[in-house]
Amino acid sequence: MRTDPEVRPTTEPRVLRYGLIAVAVAFLSLFVVMPLIAVFAQALEKGWSVYWAAITEPDALAAIRLTLVATGIAVPLNLVFGLAAAWAIARFQFRGKNVLITLIDLPFAVSPVIAGLIYVLIFGAQGWFGPWLDRHDFKIIFAVPGIVLATVFVTFPFVARELIPLMQAQGTEEEEAALVLGAGGWQIFRRVTLPNIKWSLLYGVILCAARAMGEFGAVSVVSGHIRGETNTMPLHVEILYNEYNFAAAFAVASLLALVALVTLGAKRLLERKVRQDYAEAAATVGLEG
Amino acid sequence: MPNQGFRRASILPGFWPTFGFSILYLSLIVLVPLSAVFLKTATSSWSHFWGAIASPGVVASYRLSFGASLAAAAVNAVFGLVVAWVLVRYRFPGKRLADALVDLPFALPTAVAGIALTSLYTENGWIGRWLAPFGIRVAFTRLGVFVALVFIGLPFVVRSVQPVLEDVDPQLEEAAASLGAGRWLTFVRVVFPILRPALLTGFAMAFARALGEYGSVIFISGNMPMRTEITPLLIVTRLEQYDYTGATAIALVMLVASFALLLTINLLEWRSRRYAEAA
Amino acid sequence: MSIEARHIAKTFGSFTALRDVSLEVKEGELLALLGPSGSGKTTLLRIIAGLETPDAEPPGTVLFEGQDVTARHARERRVGFVFQHYALFRNMTVFENIAFGLRVRPRGQRPPEKAIRDRVRELIELIHLENMADRYSSQLSGGQRQRVALARALAIEPKVLLLDEPFGALDAKVRQGLRRWLRRLHDEVHVTSLLVTHDQDEALEVADRVVVMNEGRIEQVGAPEDVFHHPASEFVMDFMGSVNLFHGRIESGKAVFGQLVLDHPDPTSADGQPARLFVRPYDLVIHTERDGRPGLSARVERVQSAGPQVRVELVAETGEAVTVEMSHAQFRDSRVASGDSVYVSLRDAKIFMEDYSI
Repeated sequence: MRTDPEVRPTTEPRVLRYGLIAVAVAFLSLFVVMPLIAVFAQALEKGWSVYWAAITEPDALAAIRLTLVATGIAVPLNLVFGLAAAWAIARFQFRGKNVLITLIDLPFAVSPVIAGLIYVLIFGAQGWFGPWLDRHDFKIIFAVPGIVLATVFVTFPFVARELIPLMQAQGTEEEEAALVLGAGGWQIFRRVTLPNIKWSLLYGVILCAARAMGEFGAVSVVSGHIRGETNTMPLHVEILYNEYNFAAAFAVASLLALVALVTLGAKRLLERKVRQDYAEAAATVGLEG
Repeated sequence: MPNQGFRRASILPGFWPTFGFSILYLSLIVLVPLSAVFLKTATSSWSHFWGAIASPGVVASYRLSFGASLAAAAVNAVFGLVVAWVLVRYRFPGKRLADALVDLPFALPTAVAGIALTSLYTENGWIGRWLAPFGIRVAFTRLGVFVALVFIGLPFVVRSVQPVLEDVDPQLEEAAASLGAGRWLTFVRVVFPILRPALLTGFAMAFARALGEYGSVIFISGNMPMRTEITPLLIVTRLEQYDYTGATAIALVMLVASFALLLTINLLEWRSRRYAEAA
Repeated sequence: MSIEARHIAKTFGSFTALRDVSLEVKEGELLALLGPSGSGKTTLLRIIAGLETPDAEPPGTVLFEGQDVTARHARERRVGFVFQHYALFRNMTVFENIAFGLRVRPRGQRPPEKAIRDRVRELIELIHLENMADRYSSQLSGGQRQRVALARALAIEPKVLLLDEPFGALDAKVRQGLRRWLRRLHDEVHVTSLLVTHDQDEALEVADRVVVMNEGRIEQVGAPEDVFHHPASEFVMDFMGSVNLFHGRIESGKAVFGQLVLDHPDPTSADGQPARLFVRPYDLVIHTERDGRPGLSARVERVQSAGPQVRVELVAETGEAVTVEMSHAQFRDSRVASGDSVYVSLRDAKIFMEDYSI
């Protein structure tokens, strides 16, 4: 319950309040605001033409394309998974449910470098399928499929994590009502379930996409760093930076920073809607069941 | 018709397709690949394994990764608490912006954060130039690693403490005040115990994230052997040298630590939920 | 359409909700399932709807008009179900909610859109929400939502209407109004209806017959007057309306409660067996002196005259608390006051033996 500090009888003395605010603002400025500004400042340091050239240069465009392709495959896959897992977990009772939920969170706990490593162990030259892939002249590691796989892994939980708690809070009554009224499985899903989860779903997709575009460690391991072919935007940034081509590196980085800002904006907008959904769920299912 | 056993019968359709697909997808993308780490290590001899994970360079990296992550998480615990407090309880211009920006380290790609932080803290950087006269060097030192880990752990404590702080019953503090307690005492005895579980959870999450962090750190660390190499970097260098066994061995150590942390975090969250329900 | 449930049992894990329950609902009647929470009434309702399945042992069956529908899926039973918390589709308007059951029918059975719209409008008029057709459930009051839930269930022209504590979540005044409205609706529409409630006033006021349930079993089935005035068991008497309870025993073939000695109708009970006397508060009369009628001495503790009746609280010679209800006129005549020692006689009572079944 937030109450106006001016009105509450128990508030810190003004000096302490201002002091704490100053500390918090200083901390945030130092650690968050300055790096953000640095990205854009350095990107534009040499002027607009250099900036524009950096992001339209063929290798940069290829990196952008590859980032979008990987994201475009990873997000729908994890979206379908998120919906399926949320339906199974939130609409049914079965043993081991909590184990399943914890397992879904695993990719969050794993270092991104390890996320890349595991696919190298399976599909790399010395991996389980290495010789087989070699024989059929099909490359996964150091090629696009590997990048897609690593991206899928690191963004695995995002949609499911947004949907599961909401659908659990909403309960099964509306779906049951639809069933008794004669609706079939897909009809129930399309007309009743989806509209009720649309904001959380959208938010989960945005988070998933933003993370997919920005993933560095995992993709770095499986990529092979071949300019123009197996570099995503973050990897391209690294290459430019290591060549001391700072303006170009920050130019490409600024695009990614913009994506991050869009994500933050979306969060702000959707947060209220999602909170409303939770409040409505609590209200209708609330009382004794 | 069986009532218990695996699952309770339900009339909603679609259990087996969704459950089956989820398990299949989870196994193919997450479980089987992760198992590769364990299986690969099983094939190497113990001495080989020990050599891979206990060589001096690797141990130095453990010390750095662990130490810097712990320190960074601790700093985030303190300042994150202040930030959460200020955001929940006070009003000031730009508060909504500040609240939104707290999530930036979580949303910003790690490579972008890495090069931004490096450029700030080099000797000519906006911050680095103020510290240089004092002999304080951040970029390419362990201090730089620490700074980067503070950055990426920032949101965890704030977002963990905020909801709990928002739900603190103002009547508790009013009661303490009416009984004669000053603000500091009220905070220490009444409010902080309520926040402690969430603070611990946030701390653990920041710590876990810092341990595995790669992109934000490798630019600013300088990657000097025995000095500023973090453990994830060692995995990458082993891979680049095609030493898969070595890489996997180190990865196993990291995985065990991550899973232990994940379990701890889940336990902490479970306990804090029980505390909240009892209250 | 008549409903029959035979030998329904249901366990959830270690909790037994229903133990071998059998029930018959006559065509066109409004039957109330009445009981405290945990009595199994909602479970029975849901089994009839097909939302739960009965246990395999004993083999429970549900029959609609003599036909076994136990294996039929809930979707195909054509029952109208009204949920306790309405379960309105929050992303649809009132109109869309009511139309839902008709719109999701497979192509072959779906009526044309115009027919659907007409039917929905008819129902909206029936529930008197003409101006609310475009509102969403969050914009409606509890009573309005419940009416929409009812209309939605009626839209599919169900053979049977099942209502799960439909008015439980509403204010007392709204509840009373809706109760009466439901009864009138039933008289108009004549659908076989089954109503689950824990509110005995509701059951007695609305239903043609009442089924009293307790701990998964049926205690009594009958018309409201029968269940209230001729309770078949202790539980029924205790549950329906307030009651005074006295403990005593059988001695020399009579039931003895302190000074009170009564003839006991059951000759099979042995001496020494504990017995319980149940008396309604309005079946007790207060006298200032004993005059030969069977009764108990008591002392007046409190008189509550603010209300439609006067309630006098006393403590009997046996130490038990007694409540007597009388009209204001009777109270004025009796001239009873707090602290008085009085004599309480019985007009009507029931004696139940302690249940020895283990």
